[in-house]
Amino acid sequence: MKELVVISGKGGTGKTTILASFAALAGRSVLADCDVDAPDLYLLLHPEISEQEEFRAGKLAVIDADRCTRCGRCLEVCRFEAITPDLNVETLNCEGCGACRVVCPAEAAELVERTAGDWFQGQAKYGPMVYARLRPAEENSGKLVALVRKEARAQAERDGIGLLLTDGPPGIGCPVIATLGNADMALIVTEPTPAGVHDLERALALCRHFRVPAIVCVNKFDLNPGLEAKIHEFCAEFQIAVTQSIPFDESVTKAIQQGVPLVEFGHGPASRAVAGVWREVQRRLMEEIRI
Amino acid sequence: MVISVASGKGGTGKTTVAVGLAIVTGRAQLLDCDVEEPNAHLFLHPRLTERTPVTILVPEVDAERCSHCGRCAEACQFHAIAVMAKQVLVFPELCHGCGACALACPEDAIREVPREVGAVESGKAGKIGFVHGRLNVGEPMATPVIRAVKAHLDSRRLTIIDAAPGTACPVVEAVKGSDFCLLVTEPTPFGLSDLRLAVEVMEKMRLPCGVLINRSGEGDGQIEEFCESRGLPLLGRIPFSRAIAEAYAHGQHPIYALPRLGRRLEEILERTLDCARGGRR
Repeated sequence: MKELVVISGKGGTGKTTILASFAALAGRSVLADCDVDAPDLYLLLHPEISEQEEFRAGKLAVIDADRCTRCGRCLEVCRFEAITPDLNVETLNCEGCGACRVVCPAEAAELVERTAGDWFQGQAKYGPMVYARLRPAEENSGKLVALVRKEARAQAERDGIGLLLTDGPPGIGCPVIATLGNADMALIVTEPTPAGVHDLERALALCRHFRVPAIVCVNKFDLNPGLEAKIHEFCAEFQIAVTQSIPFDESVTKAIQQGVPLVEFGHGPASRAVAGVWREVQRRLMEEIRI
Repeated sequence: MVISVASGKGGTGKTTVAVGLAIVTGRAQLLDCDVEEPNAHLFLHPRLTERTPVTILVPEVDAERCSHCGRCAEACQFHAIAVMAKQVLVFPELCHGCGACALACPEDAIREVPREVGAVESGKAGKIGFVHGRLNVGEPMATPVIRAVKAHLDSRRLTIIDAAPGTACPVVEAVKGSDFCLLVTEPTPFGLSDLRLAVEVMEKMRLPCGVLINRSGEGDGQIEEFCESRGLPLLGRIPFSRAIAEAYAHGQHPIYALPRLGRRLEEILERTLDCARGGRR
């Protein structure tokens, strides 16, 4: 089984639009949405949910007021401002580290499990789909991402499907690291803007760090063709393949409004380009390029 | 007064708005708390004059003193320390720097040593005070760097915070303690879905917030309806415009390409400050 993950560093460069189109072009694959903070792929692929489960991860401190002797040791040792001066737990700040429990002489501080999110499994038009949503302001998005990928891989195995398409989150922190590990290839979607380029460099460094072969695609390239050329130069210097570019096209927004993958919406310039990008990505994925 | 700018979805225009607001005030403090992908400096071009490494404390085990009792591993909730028969393994990138292992050690064998996870840089752009953080590539945890950026908060002036996208801990850390949060969205089903999640975060944090529609146009109705149903103030719109996208792509803040955008941002700032002062939703 081959897994392609789509990441970007910067948000809003077009990851989900491109991945949903890949799903349509691939015909049949397993689909995973690893942007557990703000999952949007389901809005284009409309899976029919067959299973839904709570995701439990991480801990939360609770202080038993009856046992508490109000010595204040917990307040002294907590490094996250999660214990208020009147010795209550500030849930939003608590990392669940348990330092309070270690020092509490009255055994009043305990750790309880928290429900950090929910995950869903279902059938979309183009294959089985797994996605998840972190509960608001929760932690452990990396673990939830790992769970989504594990379930998606298991589903691919069960159904004998040879391709896993994974939509990643923006950034380069813990959920992105969890998305990237052991993937066969990462497609980094960027845009010819200073922010896009800045974040592309960091995303590429991350791929190098985790030894995942990367390929780059410039979306909305005609917003600044000069910078697009610079991205090509930069990638050539580091021997990173760049696919054909995708033009700025208002039909992209229209496809999202309609809730369908771009290639299903029409055959405008962006749609045609995405199909070209897919052919190239598919070829390279099968060749198993290594950086 | 602290105003934070956030959004569930990435790429809705948080940084453009945060930098734009700082520019129209001419003298605010801007904290870029998107430490995974700090971008505000690319538009504000501040002169960065100071750089401070951000460290967290990770355990270092004194093999002489260690009795391999395993209490440290038991105390660690993040599996960052493992005790074997003859040695103790520490996995620094999993460590949250809480110190529970050192507290649990009966032999006083654990010393905590700083480990660099990122850096904070600060400087000025004209009269605008600027601070941003940078998470080292490969480091999973953004929150210590965000905390370090926020330690520079100057309570005597208007501070604008640019947050990371999402709804998880980096956003919470960035917006925490703000007087008001401006949520930037776009009028698409993606924008609406992610706005809804961002509003849930604000509700959980009891942080008053309002909405700004970027790339405003055809789909505005769905956002307006949502704002009305939640009693959220709609604080303004920035129209969908290729000229704005092009200015941005050329590294120019769109405010300089489209002067009337400056006037709009002034109005948005005024309304936002009004709401923040009233502390109302």
